Amino acid sequence: MTALISHLNSALSGAAGYWLLAFIKIAALLIIVMTVNAYLTWFERKVVAHMQSRIGPHRVGPHGLLQPAADGLKFLFKEDAMPAGVDKFVYLFAPFLALTLSLASLAVIPFGPKPLPFPFFGGHQIYLWIANPDIGLLILFAVTALGVYGVALAGWASNSKYPLLGGLRSSAQMVSYELALTMSVVGVVLMANTFSLTQIIEAQSGRTAWGILPAWNVISFRGGFPQIVGFLCFFIAAIAETNRVPFDLPEAESELVAGFHTEYSSFKFAMFFIAEYTSMITVSALCTILFFGGWNSPFPDSWTIAHYLPAIILLPFGLWIIYDGLKYETIWGRLVLPVIGAGVAIIGALLLAGAWIAPLHQANEFIQAPFWLLAKIFFFLFFYVWTRGTLPRFRYDQLMNIGWKLLLPVSIVNVIITAAVVLLRTKP
Amino acid sequence: MSAPLIIFFVLAALAVIGAISLILQKHPIHSALSLIVVMVALAGLYLLMGAEFVAAVQIIVYGGAIMVLFVFVIMLLNAGEEERTDFSKLAKFGGLPLALALTGLLAATMTKHGASIPNPETAGALAPTRDLSNLLFTTFVYPFELTSFLILIAIMGALVLAQRERG
Repeated sequence: MTALISHLNSALSGAAGYWLLAFIKIAALLIIVMTVNAYLTWFERKVVAHMQSRIGPHRVGPHGLLQPAADGLKFLFKEDAMPAGVDKFVYLFAPFLALTLSLASLAVIPFGPKPLPFPFFGGHQIYLWIANPDIGLLILFAVTALGVYGVALAGWASNSKYPLLGGLRSSAQMVSYELALTMSVVGVVLMANTFSLTQIIEAQSGRTAWGILPAWNVISFRGGFPQIVGFLCFFIAAIAETNRVPFDLPEAESELVAGFHTEYSSFKFAMFFIAEYTSMITVSALCTILFFGGWNSPFPDSWTIAHYLPAIILLPFGLWIIYDGLKYETIWGRLVLPVIGAGVAIIGALLLAGAWIAPLHQANEFIQAPFWLLAKIFFFLFFYVWTRGTLPRFRYDQLMNIGWKLLLPVSIVNVIITAAVVLLRTKP
Repeated sequence: MSAPLIIFFVLAALAVIGAISLILQKHPIHSALSLIVVMVALAGLYLLMGAEFVAAVQIIVYGGAIMVLFVFVIMLLNAGEEERTDFSKLAKFGGLPLALALTGLLAATMTKHGASIPNPETAGALAPTRDLSNLLFTTFVYPFELTSFLILIAIMGALVLAQRERG
């Protein structure tokens, strides 16, 4: 066994191992993101339903948990209709472009500071990111800048009036809000003095305000000025950039049928759908990384009890799922839900046991950073759904006014103030 | 053949094919798309040379902002297929020979002095964003500010023209 492992290690130590590791990481991230996307649709439907005093999907699987799978199958088996008179190449290329770009932007998102604590894989460190370039933030904006084409070309190639209007609206909207989006993060770049996402997170570690608050960019004076205004501008512009409610005018169903994807059916529509949800994840991750300290915990490092927070959340949650499952109305649910709950509870219990058992302690320490990052990302995803359940759609002229007359000037003022503070603080 | 060389040839081929397709395509949108391919391939080439910042800016400004406006205008005007015309006299007797002469000149220079043209290895590899901005805001601050004013004037000019049309 050890001989086999050492043989594998030597085989993987070169460039081949490096490329293999990269491909494995990409495949793993793709699978995880696709699953998260699927359950994000379930989560969104459930949350919006409960906000409107409905119960949401609950027929397919216990609590509707198999609804995403049913939806996916439906997309695959529906007739793949191609309207007459479309520009075939562009029509087929647009959803592909939208999905590729939104997935590509995930490649530079870092999910944790430390490499996986496994000694194998030929000495290559398995970090929790696919790429960590010095200009990660710029690459993200480059990908966002190209993202307009997916929507605009889909609208144009469909050869139909509503998609064309939707495409025109979306390109105007995305170009307008990209300015505010880019301007609002300049303050963060000034404070961290880098474009690298990992370094931006590192710059927010530790405490501020006499140790009371975490040194997150959104509240911290460290290195500059609190970026609360920058964050608000960024988040509003990002919602517009991802074409979500209340900025979903490109697909305003009361005016444009379904906007740019009216003529798309079956899996081509699903590709736009997945692209939208992936962008939501990217934007939530960016909010977390740029303004809310990334993987830094909100509690001081000296509070060891805070390290067991994942366990303290998971264990009762698992027990609650078991309790809820045992009194579920279908037999299938009474079988499956307790098993899921037991799995969650066992993970929680193992993490809690880390207080006494050394290897489990190591595992618990390792998941701290990813836990906080994912928890914050989840909060912003919930916020997305929350706004969708709360706010009505803007009118088109209101949208343009907000973008050009409110967000852009405010974010420019934010840049000027932050730059002035940074300049005053810098010792010549 | 090393990996960077293979990537170079792929990107170079993409850029050339995109440029040829830009001229040969009949529909304006297809031409615009070809131009985007050229821009993105160029950005890849910059990245290969270690100029990360320039590569990102190439995509953000040229691939994104400028080409989006092109596509937007084409979509807004709903431009149809272009009509083909023969070579004009100016193109036949002026442009074509000049283009050939320029290509010949470039090819000759490269084959003759190819070794002395700095490449990423000889020029000191990466150009970090911080060094680039230091250079821009200290040594070349006057040309930089002058360019900024030029762009500002261009923006104001565009606004004035748009306002005049409205009456």
